[in-house]
Amino acid sequence: MSGIVIEAKGLTKQYSGRTVVGGIDLTVNEGEALGLLGPNGAGKTTTILMLLGLTEASAGTVRILGKDPMREPLSVKREVGYLPDQVGFYDNLTGRENLAYTARLGGLTASEAKERMDKALERVNLLQVADRRVSTYSRGMRQRLGLAELLMRRCRIVILDEPTSGLDPQSTNELLGIIQQFTQDGTTVLISSHLLDVVQSICTRVALFNSGRIGFIGTPDELAQRVDKASFRIELEADEVDPEKVRQVPGVTAVEPGPTGGWQVAAQSDIRVELARTIVNSGGKLKRLDAHRMGLGEAYTKFFEEARHEA
Amino acid sequence: MKREGTPLRGLMAVAFKEAADHITSARMHLMMLLLLLSAGAAVYAAIGQIRQTTAQDPYLFLKLFTVAREPLPSFASFMGFLLPLLGIALGFDAVNGEYGRRTLSRILAQPIYRDAVLFGKFLGGLLVIAIALVTLWLLMMGLGILLLGLPPSGDDVARGLAYLLSTVVYASVWLALSIALSTVLRSAATAALTALAIWLILSVFWSMISPLAAQALVPLDPLNPITVLWQFETQQAISRISPATLYGEISAMLLDPTSRSVGPVFLGQLQGALIGAPLSTFQSILIIWPQISGMVAAMLVLFTIAYVIFQRQEVRA
Repeated sequence: MSGIVIEAKGLTKQYSGRTVVGGIDLTVNEGEALGLLGPNGAGKTTTILMLLGLTEASAGTVRILGKDPMREPLSVKREVGYLPDQVGFYDNLTGRENLAYTARLGGLTASEAKERMDKALERVNLLQVADRRVSTYSRGMRQRLGLAELLMRRCRIVILDEPTSGLDPQSTNELLGIIQQFTQDGTTVLISSHLLDVVQSICTRVALFNSGRIGFIGTPDELAQRVDKASFRIELEADEVDPEKVRQVPGVTAVEPGPTGGWQVAAQSDIRVELARTIVNSGGKLKRLDAHRMGLGEAYTKFFEEARHEA
Repeated sequence: MKREGTPLRGLMAVAFKEAADHITSARMHLMMLLLLLSAGAAVYAAIGQIRQTTAQDPYLFLKLFTVAREPLPSFASFMGFLLPLLGIALGFDAVNGEYGRRTLSRILAQPIYRDAVLFGKFLGGLLVIAIALVTLWLLMMGLGILLLGLPPSGDDVARGLAYLLSTVVYASVWLALSIALSTVLRSAATAALTALAIWLILSVFWSMISPLAAQALVPLDPLNPITVLWQFETQQAISRISPATLYGEISAMLLDPTSRSVGPVFLGQLQGALIGAPLSTFQSILIIWPQISGMVAAMLVLFTIAYVIFQRQEVRA
């Protein structure tokens, strides 16, 4: 990770007096993958459009690679690729012709475009069907063509708005693999999605949008910690366990009998080593010790349940 | 603050893509077929009429465009009626079609300004109209040479070219109107219907509406004969709101060198004039210059409306 590539301060968007995005602050580092999460209408897409300069902010500032997307849109757009939700292509053109068009808009020469296009199409596994009309493409193929466009443009930042929306599990996995390639190449990725396992597998940090504000920004572990101090569940099975001694292990917040025998230990971190040592030292015979971290899905649900209660 | 780079970056890429789309589209093929059939029929009828009625005429070639034989109208009348359809067909889904296909946000995320998208679409349409009309014009010239058996004079060609340019401008007004409607209305079908309604009103009903409006605005006073002139001038002014009227006047002046005026002529003005003597091409153009300027202005106003609306539009798809 190096410098900050996206920086938004007090970013606000109002439509007819109604605040859709209410003064968000956001920084994204180079090479980072940030997930934008939140219910529909929380302000994720509007924020993305403001970052791209496609929608003017009512207040606040945005800097993409140190530039204002409203004042220096060409420099910003050259470095930022965008894949909208349900990406649209010209159905009467082939996949290759669609890419050639955007290559011309991006100022690529014909030879440069061809070379990049072939590589990108191969990478998204569309080279064989590149000369077929886009009208014959499935939804997943269109999304992959959208990613091919981003690969062809060699952007430093890619913004993906619901890239897996409406795709079957196989297409989702294929797309996921391609998106992971972006992060491996060191491209900064902003991804908005409702598929939390997708986000968890790609993103180093997540930002949770709630009613136009960012309610939380941090790693999935930090989110789990925030919604529940005891975000680790350790399943313990041993003979002659003294629950009182287990309770005294630093980091343990609760010890309860497990549903299928044994014990369930709630802890702030992975303390399996300490637990094992305590049980063995107190003469217990350890049979099983499994730790489960609270997943992003569970943490997300708890976060918004809390937010609802607070509201 | 000065904008970065040029707003025309990517303009030609958009224009050529639009032109290619139009040229290969079924709707363009249908429109061209309609235009070619109508034009061909009008010319064929005109040649038959010219052969029957004209013994000697120095402007025989131009008569190809203006002479009609019942029940067919002249070539120029056909153009005045059908070209708006071509302009509408090329522009009614220019912007809202991009929304419908969900391509606009992806295109605007490329390193280009919105200006290039809208202007490129207009330019692409204009290019196709120009290609279609030049082809038609060349066909007319060829048919004229072939069937009349005489070559056009230099003056015929000059007038024909001026007419061709005016025709391109006339079609561009309708193209700008349909693009403006495609920017304002999100449904392509609604934009097309609205454009067709405007075309019907301005091309068919306007000639009925303008006398009624003039009568209401400037009633005749039996004791004041000048009110007849006032009412006529008002009617003419109202009728000139329609591009079809302007185009009709331009066609009449350019294709008939003996025409001397598009308004009322008084006996005093004819003093010293050689009745039936032709005007030079330049003089004819000078007479219809306000009409040409009016059409160019209408095109610019309509395009500016589309431009301002498009620049302010929220792009979410």
